[in-house]
Amino acid sequence: MRLPELLRHSWTVAAKDLLVEFRSRTAILSAAVFVVLVLVVFNFGRDPTAVSNVDLAPSILWVTFTFAAILALNRAFQLELENQALDGLLLAPIDRSSIYLGKLIANLVFVAGVELIGVPLLALFFNVRVLPYLGPLTGLIALATVGFVAVGTLFSAMTVRTRFAELLLPVLLLPFMIPPLSWAVLATGRLLAGRPLSEVVGWLNMLAVYDIVFVALAVLLFPATVNE
Amino acid sequence: MLRAERLRHSFGPVKALDEISFTVQPGQTLAVFGPNGAGKTTLLKVLAGLIQPQGGRAEVAGGRRAIGWIGHQPQLYAPLTVRENLRFWASLYSVKPPADLLRRLGLEEHADRPVRALSRGLVQRVAIARALVHDPTVLLLDEPFTGLDRVAAEALSRLLAQHAAAGRAAVLVTHNVEEGTGLATDVAFMRVGRFVHFAPRAGRGPAQVSEEYRNAIA
Repeated sequence: MRLPELLRHSWTVAAKDLLVEFRSRTAILSAAVFVVLVLVVFNFGRDPTAVSNVDLAPSILWVTFTFAAILALNRAFQLELENQALDGLLLAPIDRSSIYLGKLIANLVFVAGVELIGVPLLALFFNVRVLPYLGPLTGLIALATVGFVAVGTLFSAMTVRTRFAELLLPVLLLPFMIPPLSWAVLATGRLLAGRPLSEVVGWLNMLAVYDIVFVALAVLLFPATVNE
Repeated sequence: MLRAERLRHSFGPVKALDEISFTVQPGQTLAVFGPNGAGKTTLLKVLAGLIQPQGGRAEVAGGRRAIGWIGHQPQLYAPLTVRENLRFWASLYSVKPPADLLRRLGLEEHADRPVRALSRGLVQRVAIARALVHDPTVLLLDEPFTGLDRVAAEALSRLLAQHAAAGRAAVLVTHNVEEGTGLATDVAFMRVGRFVHFAPRAGRGPAQVSEEYRNAIA
């Protein structure tokens, strides 16, 4: 299948998913409430004299994003099982990779929305300055998010037909999230501490390589995961 | 137009398809009757390419693009409107929904309502519209009359008759002999993954086919 066609079908699937979410607002509302609650709990549950805000904030930020993203990822293919729409997608004369890419795009938009809520709240609750580093921080968040959402979207397709899908997804996904998350936490810490960009370039490169490898692998493996 | 050759498929120890072979030519409608668990849905899924058979092969002229599927489940997105659903499915086939499709199924006044707000019968009508949105040449129907009210059932029967009259093929699986017989040019009875009867309907009415079915399945 030609690339423009693949991209067009991917966008069709993504636009449909986003429209469904816009209409139902089920996942975005639960994820947004989850982000707010986690940040509030951490805000009141920490001892500000024990660990400085700048040291604590990156871990909290990424833990929050991780679990909020899992909420979205769980929903991604669940939507296709309701009314067996997945069979319709598999029957359509489209490259099955375009279903994966469409889901990936929709999940990325969704998680980006959650992150848009989380970053300002983190700055507010933890009194960390994000505005001076907004450019590099945005790039860092984007690179890390693409990596774990790419893997999560594939695992979501693999687990959706299992009995304990909501449990199985995080159990499978979290080990794969450890590398990008640890690089993201370290790089976020350096950025928020006002360290020069050259100190985080190595992690950004590793995140970019992780993204390329896992997006490519997921595109190749996805068609096999949705076969009955 | 549609050929199945020695199809075999099992789910663990349960044989769903056991050496099934047949062909369906343009203009033919094959009705496959069988009790629950006979393997009817598996047969349709193999024909559609949704299940890779463990043995044999299935071929549909024109491939996936040629197939329209009407099943137990409507394959629709409940939060989207009827029109949005049809537009989405049409775009996957790189076509626009036929202008008169909603009218033919009596859905014009419901076009901008979300599917979740429709009754079961209306949802099934939208599912039929979805299956026809790309003008398929082969229709695969899995218990298509389930949940349909009388008006919708008549509309579906009319559409299937038009489909056959246009020289297109259909395979219909159901356990309801009365409903399926009127539409069929050929009839098969299925039991434990095998065709125990496969012949042209040749003027037999629902009552006669029903009796033959009861004898064959008993």
